Amino acid sequence: MSTHTAHTHEDGAGVYVKTLVALLILTLITVAASYVDFGSGNVVIALFIATVKASIVALFFMHLRHEKPVNSIIALAGFLFLGIFLMFCFMDQDTRKDPKPYNMPPPALNLPPGVTAPPAGAPPAAAPAEKH
Amino acid sequence: MEHTLTSRAPVADLPRPEKNYLNATTGIWSWMTTVDHKRIGVMYLVGVLSAFFIGGVFALLVRLSLLSPTHTLFGKQWITAEMYNRLFTLHGAVMVFLFIIPSVPASLANFVLPLMLGAKDVAFPRLNLASFYLWVIGAVMAVTSMITGAVDTGWTFYTPYSTTTEGSVTLMIMAVFVLGFSSIFTGINFVATTHKLRAPGMGWFDLPLFIWGIYATAIIQVLATPVLGITLALLAMERVFNIGIFDPKIGGDPVLFQHFFWFYSHPAVYIMILPGMAIISELIPTFSKKTMFGYRAVAYSSVSLALLSFIVWGHHMFVAGQSQLATVVFSALTFLVAIPSGVKMFNWLGTMYKGNISLETPMCYAISFLLLFAIGGLTGIFLGALSVDIHLTDTYFVVAHFHYVMMGGTVIAFFGGVHYWWPKITGRMYNENWGRFACALIFIGFNVTFLTQFVMGSLGMPRRYFNYLPIYHPYHVVSTIGSWIIGLGFATMAAYLLASLRKPMDAPDNPWGGTTLEWTTSSPPTEHNFEDQPVLQKAPYDYRPEPVAK
Amino acid sequence: MSTSTIDLHDSHGPHGHGHADDPHHQHHFTNMQQQFDTSKIGMWLFLATEVLLFGGLFVGFGLMQNRYPQEFIEAHEHLQRPLGALNTVVLLISSFTMVMAVLSAKHSDKKKVVMYLILTILCACIFLGVKYFEYSHKFEEHLLPPRWYHAQPGDTVRDVAGNVSHGYGTFFAFYFMMTGLHGIHILVGIILLSWITVRAHRGEFSKAYYTPVDLIGLYWHLVDLIWIYLFPLYYLIK
Repeated sequence: MSTHTAHTHEDGAGVYVKTLVALLILTLITVAASYVDFGSGNVVIALFIATVKASIVALFFMHLRHEKPVNSIIALAGFLFLGIFLMFCFMDQDTRKDPKPYNMPPPALNLPPGVTAPPAGAPPAAAPAEKH
Repeated sequence: MEHTLTSRAPVADLPRPEKNYLNATTGIWSWMTTVDHKRIGVMYLVGVLSAFFIGGVFALLVRLSLLSPTHTLFGKQWITAEMYNRLFTLHGAVMVFLFIIPSVPASLANFVLPLMLGAKDVAFPRLNLASFYLWVIGAVMAVTSMITGAVDTGWTFYTPYSTTTEGSVTLMIMAVFVLGFSSIFTGINFVATTHKLRAPGMGWFDLPLFIWGIYATAIIQVLATPVLGITLALLAMERVFNIGIFDPKIGGDPVLFQHFFWFYSHPAVYIMILPGMAIISELIPTFSKKTMFGYRAVAYSSVSLALLSFIVWGHHMFVAGQSQLATVVFSALTFLVAIPSGVKMFNWLGTMYKGNISLETPMCYAISFLLLFAIGGLTGIFLGALSVDIHLTDTYFVVAHFHYVMMGGTVIAFFGGVHYWWPKITGRMYNENWGRFACALIFIGFNVTFLTQFVMGSLGMPRRYFNYLPIYHPYHVVSTIGSWIIGLGFATMAAYLLASLRKPMDAPDNPWGGTTLEWTTSSPPTEHNFEDQPVLQKAPYDYRPEPVAK
Repeated sequence: MSTSTIDLHDSHGPHGHGHADDPHHQHHFTNMQQQFDTSKIGMWLFLATEVLLFGGLFVGFGLMQNRYPQEFIEAHEHLQRPLGALNTVVLLISSFTMVMAVLSAKHSDKKKVVMYLILTILCACIFLGVKYFEYSHKFEEHLLPPRWYHAQPGDTVRDVAGNVSHGYGTFFAFYFMMTGLHGIHILVGIILLSWITVRAHRGEFSKAYYTPVDLIGLYWHLVDLIWIYLFPLYYLIK
């Protein structure tokens, strides 16, 4: 019984060489871009290029574009649920009203007698965690 | 082989095969190196039942500790607060990680799933054996940790206490890490098996609902458990190397630990309940002699429950220090996740309605499940409401809630399944009268123990507390007595199940009149399950009588 | 309930096989195609677990970076971008040689399989070598988790007493954990690749059976994938 008849289209060495070249070019772009400051765009651009590279590796080197959809669904599910984890944690952390910086103990103020401490600013000492 | 279902009496079987999976090969080495899913299932069953026993002993000790507010027995103080902390931690850790998560998937599903699919084994038999050995290693590590200093953090290992307390925390964490991989391997095996090893003619909607439930569970096992792994690794790193992620004294965020922990542990509770529900979906049609009401609804609800379980974990953290927005979002999503469970409840009831119900032991457990899971599930809704949770969180109300769903739900369903498949696995029938008696004892004992705790919790008794105000004393006494009734019930069960093993192997192939493929094999099955590949010709739960004219 | 059975004498009997069968055919599969497809699904499921395992670390890193933005920016300056870029290129090339090894196995070209696998292992070793240099540098400069971290000239976030913020140490704690776990996966990969190189040399792989090469290839590409995300996050983002 012949095996692997599912692969009616098979990528040849040529496709793989082109894929490698594309990946190397994208690497060059992302490194070059890191020398330019796009402000808050830095993260977005870098991760976008990384995602493009990852997709190319998955589709071509890992053969996802020729395989049955179930394998792609499994791969995507992994990333999807990771994204959910990331998203909800960020949503929580970004909407908390904790004072920043979190880690610094209040500065030791050597105040002369009779002078009051300046208002606010200083974070509380390492807050004890909620006991559960 | 054709069976006619004109009566519930066991139908005439083919001659009993000489060799079955139990005696096909002999010697302990043949068991230790087996790749037969049935043998692995049996070894797992022995393992998880042992873990259940150990966890149960811890539970009895916990309840005994709380019998009197002065912690005296016959005038002597027999337990300290530190010891108590260890007892409830170990009860939780053993029950969650060693017993309940592997219980149905690794023991019962391992045995039954390939049979139901008409397959000769799971997709990756050697991975299956590896999963079992990982469980054993994890169990040994956990027991070692108990002996070398134990753990007193609660099974949830919250930081910063878990990063600073003494005791064998790191060893226990590593044990759970290993157990996690055991679970992942089982999950991978079942997803692959369900996709690829179905009998010819068995489409997705011809699958028994047990398979749907186990498949949904396996999805969660694959996707959620790795995050537990990394959480435990990070916790160990924090404890040993002080990396500054969870401990606020070195700049960490203890709420972050809780996010990491519950991202796994909430889906984990669906790893616990979905297989239980899967069993109920087998028991109810079989013992109502009626096809499943709303098959597709139940199938879809299993998968949607698995997927929705991933977006509600913050409801364990309402008072932990999350942002207000996060608490509101998680509360709303928690109400959403209750819907698929509700769908199943109504479908099971619809199946029983106008069915030909017979109250053998498995059905007694199934009906107990319906009552107890309803209470457990509904009280979960109470806890999902933010304002109510502020009052009830970390009280005995929560303890009662999760015992109703985990014990009244999964454990009851698990033992229902054990009784249902007992003749298939062992080739013997247990004593029905003792079976029903033990079920009644467990049901009564369970309610005495935990219904009381709902009341106690809403009156303000905090959980994990060693000392309590005298006002709670009567409730603790009642609850502890309930725990003894439960213990008696399980002791009875152990006795008659073990006694049944001394009988000759004379169980019929299909004692319950089930319609799924495992009942077409002999009791117990042969080593390779099926001589030839079975082809499915009939949907599951089709209890219509065979046409008379042939 | 009735089921009928079909006789599949071609593919299997109770023991042994009905026809001259592939020695790798496992008895519970109907044929080699089903076995191969199932192995693939199993490997992808395992890769999904790896995505979530590493992903947890990425989430932790992201949240800590959100907590200590200034510290993380300053700390990352100590990472050597050219070395990181070199490692990225090396891994991409190794992915190429890996997929060429799979292609050669499909074409039953034993010599090429061995050659490409050895090249892949070589790239992996170069990667680990570069990592060794980077790690030594970190240890020398005490760019380590908070317990052992030494303040650097460029660290601006300090308290009045002059102690640096914990954020710097946490950055390096994550650096070591993530590149360390990745490095362990590379090491495991080298071991697995060596094992199939030996098997390939023995002529075990051909058009009829090359599953292990394919599956370990998938694992190797995942290791590359993780680095594709690690590299910009640690070395490039400001």
